[in-house]
Amino acid sequence: MTIATMGLILLTIISAATPLLFAALGELITEKSGVLNLGVEGMMLAGAVTGFAVAVTTGSSTLGVLAGTLAGCAMAFVFGVLTLTLAANQVATGLALTIFGIGLSALVGSGFVGIPVTPLPKLAIPGLSDLPIIGPLLFGHDALVYLSIAATAAVAWFLKRSRAGMILRAVGESDLSAHSIGYNVIAVRYYAVLFGGAMSGLGGAFLSLSYTPMWAEGMTAGRGWISLALVVFAAWRPWWVLFGAYLFGGVTILQLYAQGAGGGAGGFGIPSQVMSMLPYLATVLVLTIIAAGPWKARFDAPACLGKPFRPAT
Amino acid sequence: MTLSINRRDFVLGTAATSALALAGRRGFAAEPLKIGFVYVGPVGDFGWTHGHDQGRKAIEKALGGEVKTTFVESVSEGPDAERVIRQLASGGNKLIFTTSFGFMNSTVRVAKQFPDVKFEHATGYMTAPNLSVYNARFYEGRAICGTIAGHMTKSGIIGYVGSFPIPEVVMGINAVALAARKVRPDIKVKVIWVNSWYDPGKESDAAKALIDQGVDIMSQHTDSPAPLQTAETRGIYGFGQASNMKAYAPKAQLTAILDVWGGYYVQRAKDVIDGTWKSQSIWWGLKEGMVQMAPYGDAVPDNVRKAADAVRDGIIAGTSHPFAGPIKNQAGEVKVADGQTISDGDLQKMDWYVEGVEA
Repeated sequence: MTIATMGLILLTIISAATPLLFAALGELITEKSGVLNLGVEGMMLAGAVTGFAVAVTTGSSTLGVLAGTLAGCAMAFVFGVLTLTLAANQVATGLALTIFGIGLSALVGSGFVGIPVTPLPKLAIPGLSDLPIIGPLLFGHDALVYLSIAATAAVAWFLKRSRAGMILRAVGESDLSAHSIGYNVIAVRYYAVLFGGAMSGLGGAFLSLSYTPMWAEGMTAGRGWISLALVVFAAWRPWWVLFGAYLFGGVTILQLYAQGAGGGAGGFGIPSQVMSMLPYLATVLVLTIIAAGPWKARFDAPACLGKPFRPAT
Repeated sequence: MTLSINRRDFVLGTAATSALALAGRRGFAAEPLKIGFVYVGPVGDFGWTHGHDQGRKAIEKALGGEVKTTFVESVSEGPDAERVIRQLASGGNKLIFTTSFGFMNSTVRVAKQFPDVKFEHATGYMTAPNLSVYNARFYEGRAICGTIAGHMTKSGIIGYVGSFPIPEVVMGINAVALAARKVRPDIKVKVIWVNSWYDPGKESDAAKALIDQGVDIMSQHTDSPAPLQTAETRGIYGFGQASNMKAYAPKAQLTAILDVWGGYYVQRAKDVIDGTWKSQSIWWGLKEGMVQMAPYGDAVPDNVRKAADAVRDGIIAGTSHPFAGPIKNQAGEVKVADGQTISDGDLQKMDWYVEGVEA
């Protein structure tokens, strides 16, 4: 395998990992505040269809991306009302949100099938983007890819180094203590849930406007669920989410290349179905190691994850 | 003179008039035939299921008020399929089309339980007195694509985004390889399996992987326009699958294989209405119009169009067959001897690849 091919593979891996990264970062903030939102898949699809619909109708991909983000936000708001204000069970509501999102996006999208759209423009800096291999790798992506990495840095800074981030973490670890100090637990969780929805919607919009510029029913194909697993895989740490997203994306892409690379019967003689399983096996393996090793205590979930907040007053 | 009607005449007269009125009504007030469709994917897939839905619309257009169609889409090929089929059958549908290979066992079971409902199963091989199978010779379209690819490839590597290694898909790959290698004997066909009929992201990734490994003509046996779209973005050529995908790839699409089910569907619906429906197993192709090709893309030069037309005409006339011998498999063994043609039965069980295929 030549350096040039490796460069090309890395390019594909980076694009493949971006929607996962967006959704996982959003879910990370949501879960850090103590809310478990399983509706990521539905929110991503809502973002994808809304982004696509707006881009096709207005002709502007930027508006499409914004619309997708807002759509994810709107879905998350519904979730927030049900689980935070009405204290419904978070798991059930999240699952219902997923199913709702899948169906609603299919309904809205049915009028947009078969319509192509111009994909988001890729960055093209005259000298830098033309450098062999590292040119397109570092300087040839569209804006959302760079945004995803910036978002990782922003989320990491927010959680570790800002007062607001500390309040968020406090609400997630011990909601009653935060409440008794005087923080509005429900409001903080609302913000977190809305942010999570916005990021999921953004990830979905990336899929339908940049990755495969089309609308196809169910086009997220399970990426929302992978993002949920990635948050746990990353032990709720933003830079580990980045690593996990690139690892998962990497294994997914590499198995496709491995199929094509070997001549004769099926690449390296491994059936393609086994190769398809590899990314999921890798995720399960890492999750098992995290859960079973002596380091388990350091990787625990936020203490109030999934528990509705009902102050005694 | 008074007109007197005695009771006997009155009763007979009323009976005769009513019988006349009722007899007349029975002629055109027959209940519309309820037809059900079970789709494996969404109607919006712009591929396989879209084609079947076009067929359903053709029935409605041709037969209007005589039929009433319903469909259930995105039915997964498993236990859920049986539930859906049974629901359609017990809901008054007298003709049910199940449009994917994986619905076979479910259709067979439900057909046994509803002997007065007629079932049509696409791409299967099990029949029953009330269960018919139908399939299209897509490999004929693949042979035309292979011919075009053979003329137009520069790198000599044709890419194939495959779904599952079932005979249907295998024979398509082989048909492309055989036709292309007739033009250029050193051509290779590289296959990447995405293990799904429909996953635009994965199909796009597979297409990128193929292009990065030297492919310059893209084929697929998956249901979304993603591979062709990727081909367009990367500046290579490819073929549309199951529908005309020119909207997604105005420059890249050389032609597309179109599934045209309308003619067959209208015929079978008429048969049920007329009471002449019989179970059968048909496998139609270019000749019967079930497989058609989209217009050639601008990039296809005249000599290649003539060559492709010649292949098409030969198949329709019966003078050439995409699987006429000699055919060697990947190991070099002769599977079809010179002068012979592969049989339909062998095609439907095909699990080996011809020389030049890397799958």
